[in-house]
Amino acid sequence: MSSPKQIDLTVNGQKYSGRAEPRTLLTHFLRDELGLTGTHIGCIVGKCGACTIILNGKAVKSCLLFASQVEGSDILTVEGLAKGSQLHPIQEAFWEHHGLQCGYCTPGMLMATYDLLKRNPHPTEAEIREGITGNLCMCTGYVNIVKAVKAAAEKMAPSPKMRPGEPTPRAGKRKTPSRPVR
Amino acid sequence: MIPRPFELHSPSTLSEATSLLKNVDDSKALAGGQSLVPLMKLRLVSPANIVDLGKIPGLSYIREGKNRLVIGSMTTHNEVASSPVINKRCETLSEAASKIGDQQVRNRGTIGGTICHADPAGDVPAAVVALDAEFKVVGHHHRRVIKARDFFEDIFTTSLGRDEILTEVRVPVLSPRSGGAYLKLGRGASDLATVGVAAVVTLDNAGACKDARLGLAGVGSTPIRATRAEDVLKGQTPSDDLVAEAGEKASEMSNPSSDIRGSAEYKREMVKVYVRRAIRQSLARI
Repeated sequence: MSSPKQIDLTVNGQKYSGRAEPRTLLTHFLRDELGLTGTHIGCIVGKCGACTIILNGKAVKSCLLFASQVEGSDILTVEGLAKGSQLHPIQEAFWEHHGLQCGYCTPGMLMATYDLLKRNPHPTEAEIREGITGNLCMCTGYVNIVKAVKAAAEKMAPSPKMRPGEPTPRAGKRKTPSRPVR
Repeated sequence: MIPRPFELHSPSTLSEATSLLKNVDDSKALAGGQSLVPLMKLRLVSPANIVDLGKIPGLSYIREGKNRLVIGSMTTHNEVASSPVINKRCETLSEAASKIGDQQVRNRGTIGGTICHADPAGDVPAAVVALDAEFKVVGHHHRRVIKARDFFEDIFTTSLGRDEILTEVRVPVLSPRSGGAYLKLGRGASDLATVGVAAVVTLDNAGACKDARLGLAGVGSTPIRATRAEDVLKGQTPSDDLVAEAGEKASEMSNPSSDIRGSAEYKREMVKVYVRRAIRQSLARI
């Protein structure tokens, strides 16, 4: 039982094949079988987010998935952000704002940021902090990480076209404040 | 942190899946895997056979019926949380879904999965109990509907049969002049509820409380319907004293244990506070 099976995936736009037992975690498959070691193994119990990747367009923790569950999927890992030697704007922003200390959480932070800015190109500081709740920086370097995410948003988003009398993109679609009333 | 070896089955139909669950020894259904996979890695559970529901089409949807919202069991928490229909018709459920884990977990975890996992500190179980939801269940050669209040039996234990799969969550649409909320006290990000309170309050035209439903998370071996607190509110015009009394009654009905998230005493106090806040938030939304 549980013999290795072939898994075919598209990672960073390239087709990959490898073999995995049913119990092989996607993190281990990416690192050990495909050689893509940019995806880090942190806590390995789904808390720290260092293993965050984009699976079929959505951020997930690759240590909470078996490789065999995602056969045929389209994956983006941290290796897929830069174009050759041209860093992705998120990577540039993390560099420029020193959004890392030891760097261990960085691949996951970059991918969580990628996901956040795709959903919300102009996040507030509170939305940035909420957006990276699934990622832990053990160095506690969050201040610069938040600055970097903000800078990345500015680099990536075309400046919102403001017309007089129009609400800003951030205003409007806000839910009832969830702050509890006593 | 690697699970014990197991065989993975990837059925493409529900009948194939129920047949596997019935006929294969020591089998367990896998939905989004955000609770089961960590348990398997910690080797707290080690099923010999995993039946992955992820390849079965047609289990992920949100539909608005005349009298109820209908949600496919493989719909993810983020899909529930960001659904305009659920946001508009049932804030209790959208808030509960939005407070689970973190973004990555909500992208993968499913409404059916978290209900069947039946963690007493889970957010959605308390919400579906308060909402009087029903679950459509498919077994090998049979189907049935289980009411949320009959579903949760004990910690991680439900009334689901071994060959049964929860395929749909049905939430009755709230009456006019209703408001709802889900409030959660957690230890920072990504944690289960230390205390969670799901509330729905309905007023009549005179402003008296026609109906009140409260579900508590994290303070018992199952999600708890705080019926004695509901009785305090029904027929009365909400006031500070009445809301405080409801909090007291809910706290009396809770039965928390002391653990890493806090002492039993602390949790009982927090039930009072969060029940008060949840009722007021619900009233503010009517």
